[in-house]
Amino acid sequence: MLYRESGQYKTRYQDDQAIFPLKQDRWLMAIALVIGFVVIPLTSSEYMLQAVLIPFLIFALAAIGLNLLAGYCGQISLGTGGFMAVGGYAAYKFTTSFPDMNIIVVFLLSGVVAAFVGVLFGIPSLRIKGFYLAVATLAAQFFLQWLFNKAPWFYNYNPSGTITAPPRELFGVLVSGPHASAEARYMITLVIVVVLALVAKNLVRGHIGRSWMAIRDMDIAAEIIGIRPMQTKLSAFAISSFYCGVAGALMVFTWLGSVETEAFAITVSFQVLFMVIIGGLGSILGSFIGAAFITAVPIVLTNAPQFFGLQMPIDMQKHFEVMIFGVLIIFFVIVEPHGFARLWQIAKEKLRLWPFPY
Amino acid sequence: MEVLNAIFVLPFVDMIDSPVFFAEVVIGGLLTGIMYSLVALGFVLIFKASGVFNFAQGAMVLFAALTLVGLMNNGAPVWLALIVTAGVMVILAVVIERLVLRPLVNQPDIILFMATIGITFFLEGFGETVWGSDIHRLDVGIPDAPFEIGGMLLNEFDIWAAVIGAAMVAGLAIFFHYTVIGRALRAVADDHQAALSVGIPLKTIWIIVWSVAGFVGLVAGIMWGSKSGVQFSLSLIALKALPVLILGGFTSIPGAIVGGLIIGVGEKVAEIYWGPLVGGAIENWFAYMLALVFLLFRPQGLFGEKIIERV
Repeated sequence: MLYRESGQYKTRYQDDQAIFPLKQDRWLMAIALVIGFVVIPLTSSEYMLQAVLIPFLIFALAAIGLNLLAGYCGQISLGTGGFMAVGGYAAYKFTTSFPDMNIIVVFLLSGVVAAFVGVLFGIPSLRIKGFYLAVATLAAQFFLQWLFNKAPWFYNYNPSGTITAPPRELFGVLVSGPHASAEARYMITLVIVVVLALVAKNLVRGHIGRSWMAIRDMDIAAEIIGIRPMQTKLSAFAISSFYCGVAGALMVFTWLGSVETEAFAITVSFQVLFMVIIGGLGSILGSFIGAAFITAVPIVLTNAPQFFGLQMPIDMQKHFEVMIFGVLIIFFVIVEPHGFARLWQIAKEKLRLWPFPY
Repeated sequence: MEVLNAIFVLPFVDMIDSPVFFAEVVIGGLLTGIMYSLVALGFVLIFKASGVFNFAQGAMVLFAALTLVGLMNNGAPVWLALIVTAGVMVILAVVIERLVLRPLVNQPDIILFMATIGITFFLEGFGETVWGSDIHRLDVGIPDAPFEIGGMLLNEFDIWAAVIGAAMVAGLAIFFHYTVIGRALRAVADDHQAALSVGIPLKTIWIIVWSVAGFVGLVAGIMWGSKSGVQFSLSLIALKALPVLILGGFTSIPGAIVGGLIIGVGEKVAEIYWGPLVGGAIENWFAYMLALVFLLFRPQGLFGEKIIERV
């Protein structure tokens, strides 16, 4: 009753091809954006923004990046952390070398650098696929992490080996560095994530996304109908790494402020992969839901024992968390292998018929 | 010119200058390689039989070692602890088959891969919740004395590791080729449906193969555990075994062995002769790069089955 397309006539092709052809979807989206842009910055505490929402947004961006590659183009990559590191370190080098450069330009440029690195490590995908490729992308992860650790040029010969985001302003407001307010950092992250998510959504609906999906579903057949595997696969690696790179830059500048290479360790790659799979392979919305889930679970698990009044030694609790996290992953994968995005789709189908399903 | 000299000439000059040291490095690499192979073997067994890329192999190694050490610390004699641990690995196999694999039959590979990562987390958490996260010393009575052959310093323990590794490979080869279960395993590996249609019980086979992988994990756990103590980092050697796998091919047992040896030697030699040029610690990624370059020329690995694609 509430959610159906009856009565919404489309008289132009433009309407028919809109991202959200249904009025209800548009409303939902508008409400979500209003909440994101107005309600949250006004009501949330600093802790909430800093520890929950900013990481959520950044991981959502990285998850979109990986989803473009793994979900749409079918190339599994475990090098996400490495590509994020490229973005983070590139942004740091750009902004310390050219302090006057607009911070948005810095983020985009660091994405471009990550894209080049991504293409480089994507070249093996032309020869190998599946798990062989997944393991091969681990080379990117370990090599890049080692490189940023060992080459002092990347962290400006800082004796501690860390990179620290310098204070940078945008429209006169401090958006990075230790004195930037959480609201400002949240807003710039949100704007970038929303814009890039919109771009991603349009990419996958267009020519390039369709050729990715053709390659994913069967690469030989795609080749026969005239899709060039090399350009398609490498473009997927480039764009995916671009997203991961921007996410890495945001991680340094708007979230952590100061990082070592450990921040981009292989656990990050796995985390992003969880988000993509639990959220739903081949779904932009799924990337957001997956990111929300994976960022929320550890926080909930950490606070749950106190909530129930349980006292546990701290290391015991840590192990318990890991264990429950593992069980949850198995549980969700079994219950819904297609991820939360599929659940949302099913819910929508049900809603259309409700309350008269027959 | 100097750079080229340092990369292409000097390391080889070093090698020729002190052949004994070079031999020591190579043998050390070979012995580490066998240890990698032990872990890689478990991967191969499961991938061959069920097509599951079992990321949890490293966690199984850790879990087996933790259980063994925990039992021994509680006063169980070695033989009893070994038997009980083996039993625990069988139970683990049954539980995994029942609770994880069976509901996920016919799902895409990546979903199963994901589930095994879940198993990894669970086993790591569970093992450490039960047995604690301290570093445990493991001593099952393998002699560990250094001795000298032709000027090279070797360790008795490493020789034992090599012998046990070789024995295990031989045992597995015989098991796979000459026993009824082994034949059934190979049939399942070839084609699930065809195997089912000639009456091979798929579920039993899966339990067997996960149990065998568990035993292999136990052996690997004993070896690694006696060498460097039983601790959390043991589950990270799974990451060391992955390049071995792609080098040797996911489906080949000899591949896992040869791949392990190549990676072991390559890693050690590169670290000692080329590592100082770039600041050291290249062991972490060198194996991956080696495997990556190798794959560009032979996508199915050394001994993997040729990938034939049809539309």
